[in-house]
Parts: sequence; C-alpha cells; structure tokens
Amino acid sequence: MVSFLRFLINGISLGSVYAIIALGYTMVYGIAKMLNFAHGDVIMVGAYIAYCSMQYLGMPAIVSVLAAMLVCTAMGIIIEGLAYRPLRSAPKLAVLITAIGVSYFLQNSALLIWSSNPKVFPSVFDVGAFRAFGGELMITSETILTIVANIVIMIALTTFTGKTKVGKAMRAVSEDRGAAQLMGINVNRTISITFAIGSALAAIAGVLLCSAYPTLQPTTGSMPGIKAFTAAVFGGIGSIPGAMIGGLMLGVIEILGKAYISTELGDAIVFAVLIIVLLFKPAGLLGKPVNEKV
Amino acid sequence: MKNIKTLISLLLVAAMMLASTAVLAEGALKIGVIGPFTGGAALYGLACKYGAQVAADEINAQGGLQIELLCEDDEHDAEKSVNAYNAVLDQGAQMIAGTTTTTPCLAVSAQAFEDRVFMLTPSASSAKVPEGKDNMYQVCFEDPAMGVFSAQIISENALATKVAVIYNNADDYSTGIYQNFKAKCEEVGLEIVSETTFTDETTDFSVQVTAAKDAGAELVFLPIYYTPASRILQTAKDMEYAPVFFGVDGMDGILALEGFDTSLAEGVILLTPFSADSTDERTVDFVAKYQAVSGGDIPNQFAADAYDAVYALYNASINAGIDGDTAAEDACEMLIAEFATLEYAGLTGDMTWTPDGKVSKMPNAYVIEGGSYVAFEG
Repeated sequence: MVSFLRFLINGISLGSVYAIIALGYTMVYGIAKMLNFAHGDVIMVGAYIAYCSMQYLGMPAIVSVLAAMLVCTAMGIIIEGLAYRPLRSAPKLAVLITAIGVSYFLQNSALLIWSSNPKVFPSVFDVGAFRAFGGELMITSETILTIVANIVIMIALTTFTGKTKVGKAMRAVSEDRGAAQLMGINVNRTISITFAIGSALAAIAGVLLCSAYPTLQPTTGSMPGIKAFTAAVFGGIGSIPGAMIGGLMLGVIEILGKAYISTELGDAIVFAVLIIVLLFKPAGLLGKPVNEKV
Repeated sequence: MKNIKTLISLLLVAAMMLASTAVLAEGALKIGVIGPFTGGAALYGLACKYGAQVAADEINAQGGLQIELLCEDDEHDAEKSVNAYNAVLDQGAQMIAGTTTTTPCLAVSAQAFEDRVFMLTPSASSAKVPEGKDNMYQVCFEDPAMGVFSAQIISENALATKVAVIYNNADDYSTGIYQNFKAKCEEVGLEIVSETTFTDETTDFSVQVTAAKDAGAELVFLPIYYTPASRILQTAKDMEYAPVFFGVDGMDGILALEGFDTSLAEGVILLTPFSADSTDERTVDFVAKYQAVSGGDIPNQFAADAYDAVYALYNASINAGIDGDTAAEDACEMLIAEFATLEYAGLTGDMTWTPDGKVSKMPNAYVIEGGSYVAFEG
C-alpha cells in the first residue's frame, strides 16, 4: 500500500510537470489555433537562462526565474513576429512545419551556446521533504511547489481570459478571427500577447522541470514537450483545466504502468491509453466537440 | 571567346593541382579521423579529434615518418559518416582512425570492407562493429567484455550477492553489457533480483530505483552513461537507499558533469581503461597536452582511445613498411597481417588484437573517494 502511494506521488510529481508545460501548449493552441512545437525548446532556453543567472551571475533563485521569464517572453514575441506572423494566412501545415523549424533552430543555437555537455540544475526551492508513514512515504518540496504553481497558474489563466479586456479579446480571436478584427480587436497584438504569456509560462515550466529532474541539456525540452502535447490532447486541447487534468493523468499512468506492468512498456502504455480515450472522446476529456459547418 | 574559357579552365585546373599538392605534406602517412564534431554527440567526436591530434603532434615532433590527420565531421549520422569517409579518401587517406560512434561505424565499415581500407575505431564498442570484417579493428573494449569483467570483480571481491541492474534498453551499448553481465552472473552465482530499463527520453527514475530497493539489492549495476547515472544517484539519495553502485566506462565523466554534487558519487565503483585523474606520468603528460590542444577540456576515455588508435596505426605502419606512398588497398592487407602480432603499450593498457578485430587489454577498477578516482583494491 505504501509503495502504491509512493508511485502515485511520483506520478503526480511527473504529471504536474507535464501539466504546466501543457498549459502553455493549450493556451497558444486555444487562441492562435496553432501547435507551437517549439514550446518544449522555449522551456529548455528558460531553464538555461535560470541556470546561468544562478551559477554564473550568482542571482537568487526568484530573480533568476524572473530573468528567465523576461528572456522567454521577449523570445516568444520575437519568434511569433518573425516566424509565425508572416504565415498568418498561409495553410496550417506551413505554420506547423515552421514551428518544427523554430524548434530545431532553438535546439541547435543552444548547442552552440551551451554545448552538448549536460549540466546539473541546482535545487531551486529546497525546503526539505514532507514525510508520512514513519518516513516511508516522502513528498519532495519540488513536487508540492509544482502542484501549487499549477493550480495558481490555472486559476490565474482562467480568470485572465474570462474577466480582463485583453483576455476577452483573446477569446474573441479564438472563436472567430475575422469577426474579431471587424469588431476592432487588434488580432496581431492579441496573438503576440498570447505568445508572450505562453513563453513566460514555459520559463516557469523549465525551472520546475529541471528542479524536479535536474539534467539540463539542449534536448531537455523535447520529450517532456511531446508528452505535454499528448497531455493537452488527452485533456482536450484548448481547455485550460483539461491540460492540467491531462498532464496529471498522463504522469500517473506512466509511473504506475512502469511500476506494475513493465518499465520497457511505460511509454507504450501511455500512448495506448491516449488512443483509447480519443476513440471514445475525440475532443479529449474536457474538449468541446466542434461541429463543422458545411 | 571559347578559347578564353578553355584557357581559364586550364589555369584553374593547374591552380587546383598546385593547391592540393601544397596541402599534403610530402610523404606523410595520411590517417582519416571521422566522428561527430558538431551536434548532440560532439562531446565524443571532439575528444577523439583532439586525442588523435595530441598523438600526431608527438609523433611529428620526433621526426621520421610524419603523420597527417584528415578530419571530417559526421554529426553521428550514418549517411553523413559515409560521405565523410569518401571525403577523407578523396583527400588521400590511407587508413581510418574511426569512426567514433557505433551506428555510423557500422555503415562506414561495411563500405570500407568493400573498398579494402583498414579501420581502427577508438570507441565504437558494439560487438557488431568488427563482425565479419577482417579489416575492422577496435581500440576500446567490446561491450560484452565490460559485462563479464564487472561480474567477475563483484563476485571475486564479494561486493554483493543480490544485484539489481538498471540499463538503457534503447541503447546497444547498455543492452550488450547487461546481457553478458547477466550470463556471467549466473555462472559465478550472483543473484539478479531486479532488472529495470529506461530510454534516452526517460525523465523519472523513481520506479527503477524503488524496484531495486524493494528487491533488497545490495549492489546496483549501471551499464549506462553518466548523465542518467547522475539522476539515478540523486533519486536513490532522495529515497535514502544506499547500495553499492557499480558502473562501467560510460560512468567515466560523472565527476566533470557541470553542477553535479560529487558527494552523490562517493563510493561508486567503475571499470574504465582510462582516467584523467590517474597520477601515472604518461597520463599526466597526455592530459596537459590535450588541454593545450582542446582549449582546457579534461580528456575522457574517448580521447585516450583515439590517442592509442593513432599510435597503434603508426607503429603497425612502421613495422609493416607502409609510408606516405603506399596505396590504401595495399596498406590494408599489410596492416591486417601486422595487427595479428602487434603489441602496443598504450594509455588505455597493454594491447594485443585477435584476428577478428577485438582488442585484448585489462580494464582498471576505480572507486570514487572525496571527489576523485582511487584505484579499487577490493
């Protein structure tokens, strides 16, 4: 029983990292209607910025997280402006390929700047661990922090898109870009803001990912990025609570699958569950089915 | 007009010929070095390039037959590696000290077998590399040998009776060592109580470490590279699980990992043919020269293997009477004959070769104490 709980907690810990990345994916998809495959690599850059500010410039953890957010926000706006904006009216496939190109560009730039030598990320928020069952069960502070950050970000995003003027503009752009423009909403600016927020989230996700799993190298963001994308699809892409639930479930399924079925089949189990869910609920767990108008 | 064009092209051809003869040192032995100098595996390819460079510089400083290295990047890609191989042959390479990594090496060695070009890889350690090719030799251990040595050392020194293994099942290197380790364990009576796997994409190692802990393993065998190993050590510490950790040559480099808390590696035992921390005079000298060539990096085992590869090729060429004018096909047959009897005392041990291309040398066991390698005394 204790070992089951231990696996469950490890699963939630992994899942909450997926969830926080998935929030960025789902946010950009929900509003700009594009899959930003470079999201995982923005995470990696964010983690590197935080790492460098802490190790080389000696900044405290909070300041380095803010620095990473600032750099990633700027980078998100620049990427959107240079790579995606010129393709606004191009076919979706062209944007998707460009996103993959941006992903490679970021990875290879990171290789040039930071080299392929992996770095070990320092523990950012180490305040010990919470214990139960006479020390048998342990929850690390990183896990608790990641979960809290997830909930805070989820509530903040939901409030932001629901209540504020910019948030309402985002929803309008998401529903009908043409109509939003006719109503006087600056579509380009709204999408830029979306990318800025998504990239700032990526920076936070990068720091949390590397605090929990401290190996940092230029490919660090790719696999968690793909898993988080899966989580976003699982929960219903475009839905903010969906991303969170999808991420948590994915993490738990992955760990329990590895623990009780086979470590070799861990990832296969995750994707098999995804296929089954999509067979019964094609829009994901919380996604709204879209009726194609003819 | 036509005449002018002909004249210009003739001039260009003449210029090219002049240029190419100017580049090649007269009569030097030309050795091709192929490896990933850019991309994700650049760490290994660059180590080989600089290690080979140190050897070539030493040899050229002695006088006598000179060496010219022809280096080409393959980005750890089989197709690009074959292109790199063709490029060094075009530049006149007579033999290859390469390639660095296994997958490209399989592709290039198949081509070199057809072309009859002798290859000595510093570091492509899969047993498949020399299989069925009489002109393909290795400086590094074959993966299976590392597994067998590990089981022997564990059993001879009574380090444990219950052993767990965590290996990368997406990697030939790791799987190869594991399979031979397992076979040897059965032979010497070590009980493997837990076997778990991961892949290059694995983020979380808690399941693997918990399995080893719950099975009561006294020793965890890690036939893997140091990056995932660093994560396993951290996870084990978080779980307050402290078995003996036993690694192979892939573990070498863990102390140089930037930001790594070296106290995590305290007591880790590893088998490796080369350690930059060794106080052996030849190693100290090599480390200093390597740092000068590479701009301050610490050489790893790949660097030492490449250094040995260049020396072994050079010694064999001298013995066989190969010089800068010998054709690659002739050099190949002469080297095959020579390697059957060649004895070379290298940085990574005293080596001889079997006719099927495998090296025979002894690895050294080290234990990590206070952040550095100390010879393991049992």
